[in-house]
Amino acid sequence: MRLRERDAPRAVSVNLALPRPANPVAAVVQFVSKTLVIAELEARKLRHDPTDLITRAVQPALWLLVFGEVFTQTRAIPTGGLPYLDFMAPGILAQSVLFIAIFYGIAIIWERDLGIVHKLLASPTPRTALVLGKALSASVRGVSQMVIIYALAFLLGVQIDWNPLALVGAFATVILGAAFFSTLSLIIAALVKTRERFLGIGQVLTMPLFFASNAIYPVAIMPAWLQVIAHVNPLTYEVDALRTLMLNGGVSAFGLALDFGILLAATALLVIIGGQLYPRVAT
Amino acid sequence: MSILETQALTRRFGELTAVDALTISVEIGEVFGLLGPNGAGKTTTLKMLTTLLPPTSGDARVAGFDIVHHAADVRRVIGYVPQLLSADGALAGYENLLIFAKLYNISRAERESRIHASLAFMGLADVAHKLVRDYSGGMIRRLEIAQSMLHRPPVLFLDEPTVGLDPLARNAVWQRIEQLRADYGTTIVLTTHLMEEADSLCNRVAIMHQGKVAAIGTPAQLKASIGGNGVTLDDVFVHYAGDTLESGGGYRETSRTRRTARRLG
Repeated sequence: MRLRERDAPRAVSVNLALPRPANPVAAVVQFVSKTLVIAELEARKLRHDPTDLITRAVQPALWLLVFGEVFTQTRAIPTGGLPYLDFMAPGILAQSVLFIAIFYGIAIIWERDLGIVHKLLASPTPRTALVLGKALSASVRGVSQMVIIYALAFLLGVQIDWNPLALVGAFATVILGAAFFSTLSLIIAALVKTRERFLGIGQVLTMPLFFASNAIYPVAIMPAWLQVIAHVNPLTYEVDALRTLMLNGGVSAFGLALDFGILLAATALLVIIGGQLYPRVAT
Repeated sequence: MSILETQALTRRFGELTAVDALTISVEIGEVFGLLGPNGAGKTTTLKMLTTLLPPTSGDARVAGFDIVHHAADVRRVIGYVPQLLSADGALAGYENLLIFAKLYNISRAERESRIHASLAFMGLADVAHKLVRDYSGGMIRRLEIAQSMLHRPPVLFLDEPTVGLDPLARNAVWQRIEQLRADYGTTIVLTTHLMEEADSLCNRVAIMHQGKVAAIGTPAQLKASIGGNGVTLDDVFVHYAGDTLESGGGYRETSRTRRTARRLG
């Protein structure tokens, strides 16, 4: 089949001067806007098919309804005067965000098995913007969980702090928490590269992260060695911030400044590492 | 005038030398084909030229930019359609284009008109707002090419653009590739192991074998080089690359290729 006469290549003037960020401010603006474009992609996917959000809400609902209601009766856990259900509701929110985020690497491996990662990496998008954009994509999902768990907790009689500032704070905490754990997940995905190995590691990580935190009991009742782990576990600070911001009369164990400081610093560190490792996904 | 040049470009994976001191030069406006059996180093070459994979040694310039030291500039001036499925099935065709228009810094003012023009050009205007997972294989490929051309790159890389497509869908893709070259003077570098594709699309082809260029020239020159009447590019291919029955591939690659073929098909 011949589509055309094979003519000699024509000399054509080609515009090579495509726009390029000229100064640092423009570069920062581009970085932020590219990051948001990657997150927008995820939000658009969720809008087309929100069923995942609903199924994801089943597990935290069971924790609150079954585990929460039973342990409220036992009064076995010192909660500093809070009803146990109130105490654990922020922990379950953090858990739900953790579970969504920590398996986010699967999506990265999936996109790698397709050619989506290759196409993104060949585009003029900074690597760290791709990684932070992916992190914010997990945050989009995390925020949807926040809405569901707030509603559920409210129905179960949890004393929720509806102060707009507190809500904004909780919103920011969820975004940071999802960003941190999804970037951790992305880094693992970039290192192990296959679905099977990734799932194994994901499962090994999730339970220790959850139980070595203050999500469903305070750090104070843990054995000393576990307290050490809990104190280096970012989930602990996420839960502490959520407990402070979500509940009426919630008191922070570490102070919100420390909570946010640790979450921000840890996320920034991982995004930088992730930016270095992400291109490995395509090789 | 050449727009793409490689100098002893080499990539090793452990013991294996996937691309072995490749030196080629592609002229502006040319459709250049990299041919070869599986594992000949075509995709590895493309990955290096698109900055996805750093070379082990040697260098290359695309549109004047060094692929290692000016990788970010290279990315601004190329379009790339990977061999694997790269459109997002969970989004509509329009959205796939919109996201990439934004990633390629196409101004808000121009975005809509370019997206609609390219949807029309690729014959996808009717299905613009349908989810890509409901597209046929040929439609997906045309969408992917549209995605990679939104920013009007001077150089376009296509990795096996018609793999898994039936002859009709293949023809439609070929016509669009032809048209892009004619309309925009885009230089196109494509890999293929379809001789018919190389014969009908490419001004020049390089037959790769075990990471090296075994032969290079216009399809007519290559046919003439092994002499005789009625020689096809298939014969040329076998002549230059036919001494190994099974080269490369492997379980993982095979499973990926088949998966891609199934999704596209």
